Amino acid sequence: MTAFAVARPKTKGLAPRARNRPASTPMPMTDVHERPPTALHINPGQSDFYSSRCTPVNVLAEVDGNRTRRTEVVRPDRVEDGGAHQALGHLRRAGYRADMTVSKVGPSVAPPLSDGLVVVVKKECETCRMTAPLLSEIAAVTALTVHTQDDPDFPTGIDAFHDADLALSWHHNIETVPTLIRVVDGVEAERTVGWSRDDWRRMTGIDGLGEDLPVMRPGCGSMSVDPDLVDALRARFSGLPITSRHVEFATSEDPFEAMFARGWTDGLPVVPPTPERVMRMLTGTSRPPDEVVALAPPDLVELTVEKIAVNAVMAGCLPEYLPWVIAALEAACTDTFNMHGVLCTTMGVGPVIICNGPGARAIGMNSGMNVFGQGTRANMTIGRAVQLTIRNVGGGRPGEVDRATHGNPGKLSFCFAEDEAGSPFTPLSVWRGIDPGVDAVTVFAGEGPKCIVDQLARTPEELIATLAVSLQGLHHPKLAIAFDVVLVIAPDHARIFAEAGWSRERTLAALHEATQRPGAEMVRGAGGIAEGLPESMRDTPSIAKFRPDGILLAHAGGGAGLFSTMIGGWVNGGTGSDPVTVTVYR
Amino acid sequence: MTTVLDPTSERVPSTRQRLARPTSLDGQIVALLDISKPRGDIFLDELERLIAERGGSVRRYRKPTFTKPAPVDLRHEIATQCTLVIEALAD
Repeated sequence: MTAFAVARPKTKGLAPRARNRPASTPMPMTDVHERPPTALHINPGQSDFYSSRCTPVNVLAEVDGNRTRRTEVVRPDRVEDGGAHQALGHLRRAGYRADMTVSKVGPSVAPPLSDGLVVVVKKECETCRMTAPLLSEIAAVTALTVHTQDDPDFPTGIDAFHDADLALSWHHNIETVPTLIRVVDGVEAERTVGWSRDDWRRMTGIDGLGEDLPVMRPGCGSMSVDPDLVDALRARFSGLPITSRHVEFATSEDPFEAMFARGWTDGLPVVPPTPERVMRMLTGTSRPPDEVVALAPPDLVELTVEKIAVNAVMAGCLPEYLPWVIAALEAACTDTFNMHGVLCTTMGVGPVIICNGPGARAIGMNSGMNVFGQGTRANMTIGRAVQLTIRNVGGGRPGEVDRATHGNPGKLSFCFAEDEAGSPFTPLSVWRGIDPGVDAVTVFAGEGPKCIVDQLARTPEELIATLAVSLQGLHHPKLAIAFDVVLVIAPDHARIFAEAGWSRERTLAALHEATQRPGAEMVRGAGGIAEGLPESMRDTPSIAKFRPDGILLAHAGGGAGLFSTMIGGWVNGGTGSDPVTVTVYR
Repeated sequence: MTTVLDPTSERVPSTRQRLARPTSLDGQIVALLDISKPRGDIFLDELERLIAERGGSVRRYRKPTFTKPAPVDLRHEIATQCTLVIEALAD
């Protein structure tokens, strides 16, 4: 048994970034755990003095709370899960010695290249075997250093260094074997990959070299870029400044159960965030791991790219999703979006993430059939990563600061892309001020989707009437202005607007016009319904259901189905949450 | 054995003992924090009357919205001006 987490001194400030990112509003740095004298706690979820706390969980083994651990690289011989285990097997088969672990810091030092010619080969490669007999001939006339990746006895007839841990290959970016490099004063001057008779003759100065060989033959993949090995090598050699505490589960522990026990999951299993996986995740962004993206509510913790990457791994993201996760969190952790309030409200809302731009399609986001449903990795895991980050880093957990009466299934993940290609409207992100063609995410504090059916409308006016009467009922037909809505038009409905030449603006204007009601119908008591607007509004001739920018129109869904969907929002404006749209940066 | 990276903030909350509950309101200055929920003022008006009956004095505060933590300045103001604070929902 061991102690729980050790607090890490925080020395980072909000890191400046050269790129023009939308400014998140820095929230005051306060000790959220500080309590005033004799505070009476009535509702911890909405108390200003309540502090969310981790529930301590005993674990069988947890090593090295030492802060110097941050500078160590992972020991491949001690990692035994998934691909890393496979990678270790490969390394061992390749001659990697299990006791040859690296315990020092940062990027390992690149092995120097010897002056003269350097060639990197592996026995498994047919091109290497073809060129192997030439190496002795070359060595007879010029300085040649041979590095072999797999078999230390290959090639025969010439001494070779065994690049057993692939350090030389990794550091010198060997992607293909054979690679022939000319080195002058320790610096690479020229290289050729595979077998090119002309290149080899020029670099060796031997005119008749390889006369019997073909003019050219491509090489093979270097072991240092083998997909089964590369993650372990990156973790070992790249020296990215990973600072998260290493948690080591005992051999007898099921890591999946251990992560459940620690309260790290959303109720579904998560992918173990091994150092290898996190390093691979970090390749998805150009941002440094220690960059502070935002202050994560409710605990107002500095949220680093690294912590987001850890949670993105757990959510099941691919590295190319990471910029979208970061952007969504940047947007959600603003005073405007008010993630704190979205968590602590009793309404069942969560961050709904709408993705725009060519990058959304490039990473395989679904904007079509079953767009709000299961089955698409990007949709499922980007939203999940956002929620896991808020849970694990920010401390926003159900039953603690999250006080939702019902919640909604979208609080696991609610993320989709707009179908821009098939849309008669300008993209949502463009309407919200982002340049066309730029990747962007919009976060909206929303509940679950509700289907609007109209299979008979054939004109925009008829369809507007149906949409309006449905929208009027949002949350309550007699409540107005306080809530925004995302209205997602499916292609079959959108076609009706497209054929009539209706733009986004015209459609929105018609919707706003059609969702107005006289005050007499909206006030408390009207229609025998207690809920409603104040009596003082009885004589108001027309009350808008939505504020002027309160309908967010998006185009998405499968190609068949005369449906639209509305996603109701939480309290809007300064009282609650406003949607936030930000650019996605790689 | 599996090694994973800690996904949490790695912070350990500082916990403090609450002060002893006062036996009397005599001489106490009680902060009533209205969180801006509708009709919260009605509830707090009644509380203020009851506290005054018991010898306490009251200072009233209000935060801009119930959905966000109270601003730092407001918290500081309460902490320096009052000996007790009551914060409540009005739902």
